[in-house]
Amino acid sequence: MRKFSGWTLLKEAFGGQQGWTPQWRRVAPQAEYDAIIIGGGGHGLAAAYYLASEHGITRTAVLEKGWIGGGNTGRNTTIIRSNYLFDESAALYDHALKLWEDLSQVLNYNVMFSPRGVMMLAHTVHDVQVAKRHIHANRGNGVDNEWLSPEEAKAYCPPLNIERNIRYPVLGAALQRRGGTARHDAVAWGYARAADAIGVDIIENCEVTGLVRDASGAMEAVQTSRGLIRCRRVGVSAAGNTSVVLGLAGVRLPLESFPLQALVSEPVKPVVPCVVMSGSIHAYISQSDKGELVIGAGTDAYTSYTQRGALHVNSHTLSAVCELFPAFRRMRMLRNWGGIVDVTPDRSPIIARTPVPGLYVNCGWGTGGFKATPGAGHLLAWTMARDEPHPINAPFTIERFRDGHLIDEAAAAAVAH
Amino acid sequence: MSGRRIQQGGRVDRSRAIRFTFDGKGYSGFAGDTLASALLANGVQVFGRSFKYHRPRGVIAAGSEEPNALVTVMRDEARCTPNLRATQVELYDGLVARSQNRWPSLDFDVQAVNDLLSPLLPSAFYYKTFMWPRAAWHKLYEPVIRRAAGLGESPTLPDPDRYSQRFAHCDVLVVGAGPAGLAAALTASASGARVMLCDEQPEFGGSLLDEPAATIDGATTADWIRDSMATLRSRANVTLLTRTTAFGYFPHNLIGLNERITEHLPAPAADMPRERLWQVRAARVLIAAGSIERPLVFPGNDRPGVMLASAARTYLHRYGVAVGQNVVLVTGSDAAYAAALDLHAAGVRVALIADVRADATGAPLDLARQAGIEVVTGATVLGTRGRLGVREVTIGVLARGTVNDTRRVKCDALLLSGGYTPSVHLFSQSRGKLEFNEARQAFLPSVSAEPESSAGSCRGIDGYTQVLNDGARVGAASALAAGYSVAAPEYRVQALEFGMHGLPGVLPQASPLQPARAFVDFQNDVTSKDLALAMREGFESVEHIKRYTTTGMATDQGKTSNMNALAFVAGELGRTIPKVGLTTFRMPYTPVTFGIFAGYDRGDLFDPVRTTSMHDWAVQQGAVFEDVGQWKRARYFPRSGEDMHAAVDRECKAVRTGVGMFDASTLGTIEVVGPDAATFLSRLYVNGFSTLAVGRSRYGILLRDDGFIYDDGVIARIAGERFHVTTTTGGAARVFGMMEDYLQTEWPDLRCWLTSTTEQWAVIAVQGPRARDVLAPLVSDVDLSAAALPHLGVTQGRICGVPMRLFRMSFTGELGYEVNVPADYGLAVWEAIHAAGQPHGITPYGTETMHVLRAEKGYIIVGQETDGTVTPDDAGLGWAIAKSKPDFVGKRSLARETMHAPDRKQLVGLLTVDPKVVLEEGAQIVATPGQHAPMKMIGHVTSSYHSAVLGRSIALALLRGGRARIGETLYVPMPGGEIAVQVTATVFYDVEGARLHG
Ligand SMILES: Cc1cc2nc3c(=O)[nH]c(=O)nc-3n(C[C@H](O)[C@H](O)[C@H](O)COP(=O)(O)OP(=O)(O)OC[C@H]3O[C@@H](n4cnc5c(N)ncnc54)[C@H](O)[C@@H]3O)c2cc1C
Repeated sequence: MRKFSGWTLLKEAFGGQQGWTPQWRRVAPQAEYDAIIIGGGGHGLAAAYYLASEHGITRTAVLEKGWIGGGNTGRNTTIIRSNYLFDESAALYDHALKLWEDLSQVLNYNVMFSPRGVMMLAHTVHDVQVAKRHIHANRGNGVDNEWLSPEEAKAYCPPLNIERNIRYPVLGAALQRRGGTARHDAVAWGYARAADAIGVDIIENCEVTGLVRDASGAMEAVQTSRGLIRCRRVGVSAAGNTSVVLGLAGVRLPLESFPLQALVSEPVKPVVPCVVMSGSIHAYISQSDKGELVIGAGTDAYTSYTQRGALHVNSHTLSAVCELFPAFRRMRMLRNWGGIVDVTPDRSPIIARTPVPGLYVNCGWGTGGFKATPGAGHLLAWTMARDEPHPINAPFTIERFRDGHLIDEAAAAAVAH
Repeated sequence: MSGRRIQQGGRVDRSRAIRFTFDGKGYSGFAGDTLASALLANGVQVFGRSFKYHRPRGVIAAGSEEPNALVTVMRDEARCTPNLRATQVELYDGLVARSQNRWPSLDFDVQAVNDLLSPLLPSAFYYKTFMWPRAAWHKLYEPVIRRAAGLGESPTLPDPDRYSQRFAHCDVLVVGAGPAGLAAALTASASGARVMLCDEQPEFGGSLLDEPAATIDGATTADWIRDSMATLRSRANVTLLTRTTAFGYFPHNLIGLNERITEHLPAPAADMPRERLWQVRAARVLIAAGSIERPLVFPGNDRPGVMLASAARTYLHRYGVAVGQNVVLVTGSDAAYAAALDLHAAGVRVALIADVRADATGAPLDLARQAGIEVVTGATVLGTRGRLGVREVTIGVLARGTVNDTRRVKCDALLLSGGYTPSVHLFSQSRGKLEFNEARQAFLPSVSAEPESSAGSCRGIDGYTQVLNDGARVGAASALAAGYSVAAPEYRVQALEFGMHGLPGVLPQASPLQPARAFVDFQNDVTSKDLALAMREGFESVEHIKRYTTTGMATDQGKTSNMNALAFVAGELGRTIPKVGLTTFRMPYTPVTFGIFAGYDRGDLFDPVRTTSMHDWAVQQGAVFEDVGQWKRARYFPRSGEDMHAAVDRECKAVRTGVGMFDASTLGTIEVVGPDAATFLSRLYVNGFSTLAVGRSRYGILLRDDGFIYDDGVIARIAGERFHVTTTTGGAARVFGMMEDYLQTEWPDLRCWLTSTTEQWAVIAVQGPRARDVLAPLVSDVDLSAAALPHLGVTQGRICGVPMRLFRMSFTGELGYEVNVPADYGLAVWEAIHAAGQPHGITPYGTETMHVLRAEKGYIIVGQETDGTVTPDDAGLGWAIAKSKPDFVGKRSLARETMHAPDRKQLVGLLTVDPKVVLEEGAQIVATPGQHAPMKMIGHVTSSYHSAVLGRSIALALLRGGRARIGETLYVPMPGGEIAVQVTATVFYDVEGARLHG
């Protein structure tokens, strides 16, 4: 792997940038691998990287039906935070957040992790109670989260409207300073490049169409649009398509897939310095390094696999944004798009073995899994390498939906991002 | 100075001079000008600076595809709009515009140093550096990058303008009013079908407006447009919308239109909305969106003065502006010859036409040569010169890989045509399938996904005769598909009808590209070298190349650049264009103001405010309100000088010792009626209802299918087949939805009907030892005695002569009633009760007091004591579950082992060791003091108040294995230190419940 640095850039400046090489190799699938990851999103690529780098399983392939990062990884609003309520979730998301903190250095790829702070607004007495409960629980878990008065919230984010006479006035906010954003594409490419450098095959345009089991019922091979590939250790990390892929092995999961949309404005000079989220009026906003306001909406009400959201959902989000930031009413929407998110009944993910020996799954991240990318990949790799969960993902089983050990962040927070 | 107004011609009104300023300098134009045409007429060439290298840029187009000429228009301090295209800004008197992304001035921009550093800043350089030390990205580099990026500045003051919304239905929606769209609208509307026609421009006519010399059925284009519009206007079944962009295609033929209403007016009337969102549901959509000319890609193709040939023609014919006095054309298509001939005819010197096609021949070339214009074929462009405007172009002839006949040609405008790209944006948004047409080198609509059709040049048809007739035919076919029939007319046209296809990609050069840069995406400063670098680094999917280089991601969404990028990539990879594939077209077609999506949903209308019948009374009494769902609820009624604490203490005492009244109208009410109503409720709720006697009520708990508490309320049997069900305030809609869901999908056999009656009832809770005394004189047909109407009894009668359902119930632990009257009588009855209660000291109280009173009794509030993880048993409500019922929602889940684990969080009471300390709601509980994070947290405080009647604080909490811990001392860690608490039972006051039965 050619090291990236200011120095190599300078050298290349004199060489007309001719010396750069592919960030990952374009390879045809081999006949057999020690491990296969289905789905070349951030999670899948991270899992492959950690399988090779931490568990020495370098004969690993990532199979992606389209182009890597083209699923939700490349479609999300990149909010990163770890101030989740329950101990299990806080441990999971903070594990990821800690990995984010030096990910650029580890991957030698600037993923632009920017801890600019995530501020979650409270608009009602109930919101305040919920926010405070989070803050107390987070503090107990060693996860930073602090309460801001409306004035402090405005000082942190000057364009915010904190007038008391608006429909849903800001009564305060919970701020996680370590939270922020990162550059989604760079995460996929950075993991791909680093994984490739230690032997992982990244195979694009390779759709998995069958999961083949041996006489004992264990994983034996995957059927793909580019042929049969033998492998006895297969991890599925296919986000909105997980139920489809697992269905190939006859495994049913309690997942529903919904369209979720986001949009950006035309770029403007810096105006929103942090991430602002409002769960109760459904608006999420930050500003990209390019200057676009990045705005997330809610999911559509109906399940679907179409990668676009309904107009009225988009409209509702923008009306909420305009209430919180009345100056943005004149800003203009530049691009709107949708992704398919996989939602579990308790809005917490699954990183676990499946009933099929040799088949593992990482899914159910719904509207909020970008922030978990390094952590999810790390834990999926661990689980696949050892055929048992890491203590952090041990509670995130499939069985919890049967036995009732739910980790219900949605019910607790009414915010799923 | 190159551009100038020619003596005559154009559609501007030369009798009306318009004054405006750009970057503080005053100019003058004519009515009908755009900012771009007026500035060009004044000789201005530099309009803006590019995003990354801050290179000076001129205007290259005349319409919405313009990538460079972005400006900020300031009507006043609050009405300031960044990033508008000068080509779309219509001039009005007093218009103030400013260039962007430059400092200190447009002509001298300090950040233009980026241009010198460009070898260091190839595409995506930022992924490769700025990583050391770790914090430096966020602290140092990112802020610098952010300041350099961005285009204009966001407005800073609240936008005072209004935005409106309309919904419409029609038979045929025609998008685009060029020749195809006009012919389509004329034909379709002649059938009687309801037709809507929209165009983003201020005038209908599209490309016909650029063809003054052509005739249609003998009439000049100007006359034909005028007559056609008169015909359309005279038809009642036609809706015409100018300045209206069809920006989005949504499922089931829903089209979003953005109409700009006041932006072009010098002084809009105060009652006019600035813009409007139309949501049009059309039986058929007819896309006649035309096509967009592509620039050519060669070194130095981004200098101010370099422009699309079609734009030069538009400026000439629409605005009477010659974009230069000495122009050179470089073309890969026949279409540009029309511009050359027209400019020549208008007296502009056409120094040279460099045709990049080696085999170009035919009428266009002949006509040009006849006019005395030199034409070179097989040409390529090696470079351009000129600091703030093109002054010279270097042309050569390419043959067998070498360039000969290199020559420098002086010019003050360089006009390009790479051919036209059909505008398939909307078609693609509709999820229709595109197919690449080799002959035209263009993607064209192929298989439709929605009931729509394309007509004219957006489906690759050129020549006015063909386009008009295609429009007419598709118009007739669309009308027919919508149920109307009409014959399509045949149009006869006389015009220069030159072919529009050309050569996408980068102009061939002799050797690999010179150090000079050839720009593909102007606004984002993406060059062919950047694309090559992306491929060198292994990015081969177009989506990857787009994201890595940002090509096509600027505010023009690649309208002029995407095909060139694609063709270049295909060439470099040695693949065909369709093999490389197209990036997805995303809505909106052009940027759309946030305001129209919000429309009327702003301020108080952002979300409907729901108020009860007694709301105004509470306002007059000075109540402080809280938002609960959409409702405004009185939280407490402070008297002068009281804070919340004092008011709540007083209100609580009044209820405990005398009587209080409370507005409970916001609780959801559902009338459940039918022979199977009892069965239905028994299957839904954990409680049994078949045995509930008429005239009795019962506290009901509703679970989700996972066994956790979802809602609660009181359910009364009004008659054998009629139940009055109450829900929580916030849960009303979702409980009703859940009921309908089960009734319609799980138990459609049950004969049972649901009606949401929340807003039909006003509900007044009268609570306290004197409650009966207050009500007694007001009611008739009702026996209030404890024997006749015991706790949880329900009866009907009258109060103040008004029909009433009277519930004997209590959420305070005191003797209590809830008076339900039709909402319209609510205020009158409330006032009557208030008056009758005066001798008893009746005190209105709010939700905060209600919370304290119920907490003193250990009653839960769903959403506060529960959070979706709490079972009835956890909440101490296991008694409510009917043991003998075969099933109810959640029963199977409750049977799971984990639902009975002894360490589940259970509801308990907490008493602080120091009675003065009121715990914070949400605070965590630990077993041992002195812990540091991560602590072992075993529970949390759900409710916490000062109790006036007890003279101390009380709290409820969910605690692991809580009931077994009663009596233990635990700790609540707070930033300021730990608070010791004692675990107790949940009922703090009147443990035996005697007061309830008074
Ligand atoms: C609009 C939007 C906004 C969001 N905002 C946020 C946010 O602000 N913060 C946050 O934390 N999260 C957010 N999310 C969620 C987040 O994007 C996802 O949870 C996360 O990116 C999932 O990553 P992944 O790698 O699992 O999935 P993906 O990136 O979707 O990767 C799955 C991959 O599997 C591939 N695949 C599927 N089927 C097959 C097959 N049969 N064979 C081969 N490959 C297959 C797909 O092509 C895809 O590339 C948002 C999501 C959306 C849609």
